[in-house]
Amino acid sequence: MVKQQANWSPYDNNGGSCVAIAGADYCVIAADTRMSTGYNILTREYSKICKLADKCVMASSGFQADVKALQKQLAARHLIYQHQHNKQMSCPAMAQLLSNTLYYKRFFPYYSFNVLGGLDNEGKGCVFTYDAVGSYEKVGYSSQGSGSTLITPFLDNQLKSPSPLLLPVQDAVTPLVEAEAIDLVKTVFASASERDIYTGDKIEIVVVNATGIRREYMELRKD
Amino acid sequence: MNFMASKQPENSLLGPEADSQRTLYPYVTGTSVVALKYKDGILMAADMGGSYGSTLRYKNVERMKAIGKHSLLGASGEISDFQEILRYLDDLILYDNMWDDGNSLGPKEVHNYLTRVMYNRRNKFNPLWNSLVLGGIKNGQKYLGTVSMIGVNFEDDHVATGFGNHLARPILRQEWHENLSFEDGVKLLEKCMRVLLYRDRSAINKLQIAKITEEGMTISQPYSLKTYWEFSAFENPTQGAVGSW
Repeated sequence: MVKQQANWSPYDNNGGSCVAIAGADYCVIAADTRMSTGYNILTREYSKICKLADKCVMASSGFQADVKALQKQLAARHLIYQHQHNKQMSCPAMAQLLSNTLYYKRFFPYYSFNVLGGLDNEGKGCVFTYDAVGSYEKVGYSSQGSGSTLITPFLDNQLKSPSPLLLPVQDAVTPLVEAEAIDLVKTVFASASERDIYTGDKIEIVVVNATGIRREYMELRKD
Repeated sequence: MNFMASKQPENSLLGPEADSQRTLYPYVTGTSVVALKYKDGILMAADMGGSYGSTLRYKNVERMKAIGKHSLLGASGEISDFQEILRYLDDLILYDNMWDDGNSLGPKEVHNYLTRVMYNRRNKFNPLWNSLVLGGIKNGQKYLGTVSMIGVNFEDDHVATGFGNHLARPILRQEWHENLSFEDGVKLLEKCMRVLLYRDRSAINKLQIAKITEEGMTISQPYSLKTYWEFSAFENPTQGAVGSW
């Protein structure tokens, strides 16, 4: 009598790519809006971006049900924080909370690949990048999801970020202005959609700066 | 009797007895559900078959039900799990009505509830083996969403489950547009259901179309689609075939 094996998986990959780039006084967070399963497209207009706090936005790709549950968890915890501290959570604080929330389910993980972007307490752009179980790092830019292998090398080349191993510690945020960073994001997604079947349809771009949060869209290949 | 004997609590997840409590595979299943938004609300179609593996066991299964005043639920997958979901929703609507405060749960809320139920069951490794379609209209706002057995959910202008995703969605992507009339919506759904009838082996030619508008939900009497089998290629299928088999 062989032990019964499950014939269903609790996980699925709904695809998609996310990118975030930090600037001196802004942060750009972007993700495509395609949701897939296997070789099917489920919908072309699904947002992977979630505003967690006034100056803190998260983009996540991976298994959509886990991403949704994670977003709800963080939103609920943020509400409690606001009740207890009478203020919004800062981006670095939310970054730690996300890491802890992910590790909490270390032995049945949230299949969610996240980038967190926003402004830190001094108004400077910051980006945090994560794996599925909460390992995280503050960086100048990052990409996650199905197109990340195509996007990251291109960002490395264009943003020429200094190595974090150098001393003295150098600033990772890009000297590019906001408009240039947005342009770079659009280029990067247009390229990723050419070769990654899970990336396409539309990009949702969210920009966080001193004046607040704004959103724009760009059409991508639908094939 | 040994009063000191320790006993596993009945609902323990440990041990081989617990495994028999978890869903491993579906037994009686319904096939695709297809739905779209139209001018006045939502149109949804599903056939009335309940298959037991490859046997067509039940031919009068209503796979679409009204939920409260504003929503319509269609399900594919395990029929008994669908019936259990209807029991959960009965309780939900009952408690909502008991508040007697003039408020009522809209389709968005019901969809969210169902998503949480499906996801939580998936977390316990004991899923409700269904793909659900939840449509409705409340205060002029149309809503159409779907949720799978592992909790993947989204809303769109048209949705389908199972084979419908492969065969019906492409047709809907090509031919759906905003503010379809009722007649056009029904024609479009029938076109999808006909393709499914030709190509999905678990589909049967007995379907219902349900409509939900601000006025309420109506569901058609079961009826059949006209099909065409006189293609010359079907008349003598082996005519051009090479070889002995």
